[in-house]
Amino acid sequence: MRGRGRFDRRGFLKRGAALGCSLAASPLATPIALAAAPGDKRLVVIVLRGAMDGLDVVRPVGDPAYAALRPTLAQGEAPLPLDDFFALHPALGGLYPLWAAGELGFAHAVSTPYRDKRSHFDGQDILETGGAGSARRDGWLNRALGLIGATSLRTGFAIGRESLLILNGEVPVSQWAPDTPLTLTAQSRRLLRKMYGEAPLFRASMEEALALTADETGSAPGSGESRGDVQQAMMASVRAASGKARIMAGGAGMEKIARFAAEQLLGETRIASFSITGWDTHARQKQGLGRALRGLQTAILTLKRELGSAWRDTAVLAMTEFGRTARENGSGGTDHGTGGVLLMAGGAIAGGQVYGQWPGLGELELYQGRDLMPTADIRAYAGTALSALFALSAGDVGQKVFSGVDIAGTPRIIA
Amino acid sequence: MRFDPELAEIRFGTGLGPRVEPAADLQAFLARLDGPDLAARAFPVASFASQADSMARFRALGRAARQGDGNARGERDRILRESRRSQLRWLAHAGARWLDSADGFRERLTRFWADHFTVVGKRPMTRAMAATFVEDAIRPHLTGRFADLLYAAETHPMMLDYLDQFASVGEGSPLAARGRGLNENLAREILELHTLGVDGPYTQDDVRQFANLLAGFTHGRRAGVTYQPRRGNPGPEVILGRRYGGARPRLEDVREVFEDLATHPATARHIARKLVVHFVSDRPDEAHVAHVAARFAESGGALGAAYAALLEHPAAWEPARRKVKQPFDFIVTALKALGLRGARLAALRSGEIRDGLAVPMALMGQRWERPDGPDGWPEAAARWITPQGLAARIQWAMAVPTMLSERIGAPLPDPRALVETALGAHAGAQVALAAAAAQTRWEGVGLVLASPGFQRR
Repeated sequence: MRGRGRFDRRGFLKRGAALGCSLAASPLATPIALAAAPGDKRLVVIVLRGAMDGLDVVRPVGDPAYAALRPTLAQGEAPLPLDDFFALHPALGGLYPLWAAGELGFAHAVSTPYRDKRSHFDGQDILETGGAGSARRDGWLNRALGLIGATSLRTGFAIGRESLLILNGEVPVSQWAPDTPLTLTAQSRRLLRKMYGEAPLFRASMEEALALTADETGSAPGSGESRGDVQQAMMASVRAASGKARIMAGGAGMEKIARFAAEQLLGETRIASFSITGWDTHARQKQGLGRALRGLQTAILTLKRELGSAWRDTAVLAMTEFGRTARENGSGGTDHGTGGVLLMAGGAIAGGQVYGQWPGLGELELYQGRDLMPTADIRAYAGTALSALFALSAGDVGQKVFSGVDIAGTPRIIA
Repeated sequence: MRFDPELAEIRFGTGLGPRVEPAADLQAFLARLDGPDLAARAFPVASFASQADSMARFRALGRAARQGDGNARGERDRILRESRRSQLRWLAHAGARWLDSADGFRERLTRFWADHFTVVGKRPMTRAMAATFVEDAIRPHLTGRFADLLYAAETHPMMLDYLDQFASVGEGSPLAARGRGLNENLAREILELHTLGVDGPYTQDDVRQFANLLAGFTHGRRAGVTYQPRRGNPGPEVILGRRYGGARPRLEDVREVFEDLATHPATARHIARKLVVHFVSDRPDEAHVAHVAARFAESGGALGAAYAALLEHPAAWEPARRKVKQPFDFIVTALKALGLRGARLAALRSGEIRDGLAVPMALMGQRWERPDGPDGWPEAAARWITPQGLAARIQWAMAVPTMLSERIGAPLPDPRALVETALGAHAGAQVALAAAAAQTRWEGVGLVLASPGFQRR
């Protein structure tokens, strides 16, 4: 928190008054009923864009076929043993203490229902919409929010500058990237509001931006009264951003993103999501995956540190669109595959285990002779977590959040 | 609904401004594309080939540094910084072309196709070189046959590197026997994104066979891209039910499959939809799409015919402006409305280009030449007008034009006049009221540029 104005309901209402405008006037805010907050449990979903190689992250060192499939990737720095079969990629060494504490776990050989075309974009669409095809255009976290009952704009929070399909949908959610400024003179603010009056998309976006900048600085928004103030705010944001719009694994922005997420989760947010790119390791995977994993590790460790005692009530799921080929390719990398790994962390999870049914890596056990065979639907794991964290029925999760997913047989990954 | 000169410049061109003379009719608007590419001459961008020496030097210094040459690393970093400065220079030149060109449609088509054939530089030196791809492969083929544009784009070294084609060897090639492998990335994206579309009639097996046919492109240090039959796959390969090639891999077979893909009916539909979505509406009129697709197909993929079809359809002139300008377009059309000359923009120092254009664009959600994937930038208005995206636009509109006018000693226009210059008959009452009510000139200019009317087209 570091002395920043923490967001709470009182602050929310007070600021609404200070702005001289009610957020209820915003089209984003109208569907929100001021009901009770949805409990203390928090869910963070990290979308790993580019297809993380699950077989390299949680290595099936006990499988007799593994070493031959991964002649160079299996070499080098020793992985960290998880049990007598699986070992953890050495770049995640910083998370190893969480494994011992039961705050880190995995589900192996999981996938969405997506098969065969192995396109990132389709794969991510299906991961985020939670559908079996591309018919759905809203995200499953958004549908979950609908059932849980979002009590404020911030109950669901997308962090970063990219649009996050997984949280898009009917239930209004917030989206913000740290360091976005909006300093205006009082008169400009008033005229902008008037001008945006008949343009709902613009109006809603501006209101939320004003509320969030106030949140970050802990003061009233638009404190600039001269053009010098406005220019200074602009240049400060330019310096702070230094050209980084995407959340790159390993980028310096990772810690800031996770800290901002924690700040929101300590406030009204219960479901937060952001994405990390950099997993598409067709070549030189040793370097590329190591870098991406260190970024993910920073995100998780920062969340743990910043959330403090709320970490106890938090589950983090890191999900990717599909796995990668079982065999290394000719350029020290792996190509688009099918089955992969789900990473889970947090005080709320039942960690210290690699869940799932191992299909084997033998020639006949691979999917189409090339990919790890999926033995479970990744949506069933996500559904189990939603159900346990937010007291949703298995039927609601299986039919309303997802369509036709049976979570009954899925291990209880929430402690 | 019919041709509207001002709307043509706003929707299909680079916007209105004090130096813009809108074309009188559709024929005149389209005829500009037939003229010489004056803007490219005035504000040049380097070719990929011209960077060969500095790339070679960069590699050599890397080797020297690994062998313990203490000075090599510093020299290597200097080359890298120089390359980043070139990237900013080329960004300014891309903007300068928009500011000065009388042929805005050409500039818009350049951005459309550069996005359709997205490349991202993945290596230290190529990171700054996406503009060379646009200059070499896109710009010269804007108005010709789609097949030629396709071939030029797919065989450019930036594309071959971005989609991992250099790493790929045919499954039956001699190199595969020595442990090298096939890489499907380029074949897949050509079918999914560049030609047939993701709903197109292809299977995983088509992807694999196509990847085998494509295997053979490699990058010679001197000659640029070459085709090496010994990396190719002994065919024939069957793609979409047709056989290509024989036992000996040949470049001609690759050409042939591009010809067929370029004129496939699914490609016509895919390209038509993308054109209508990019220029007219996120939710396109199906009759409009069908019209463009039909002309594309009838003409054998003649791009000029497709553009004429795009503009001649009544749905193209719907007065409601549904598209939101992407950040680059927003910034440059704003500068154009303010009357900035291309030479002024091109003369800015690289730090100024970074702070005034590149970083603000990133804050608006568009990190220049770094889209998230080969599917390029999103089209939907809601993907750009988010709280943080809009905040960055407003902040830019309020600060940068004023800073720029102070820097170059040119006064800001009267906001009320700017409404007329920037939006003409399409201004609307809201923005005119805001411009008239502003207490200062700099705020009024900021309000006009931040208005929904200016950000839409």
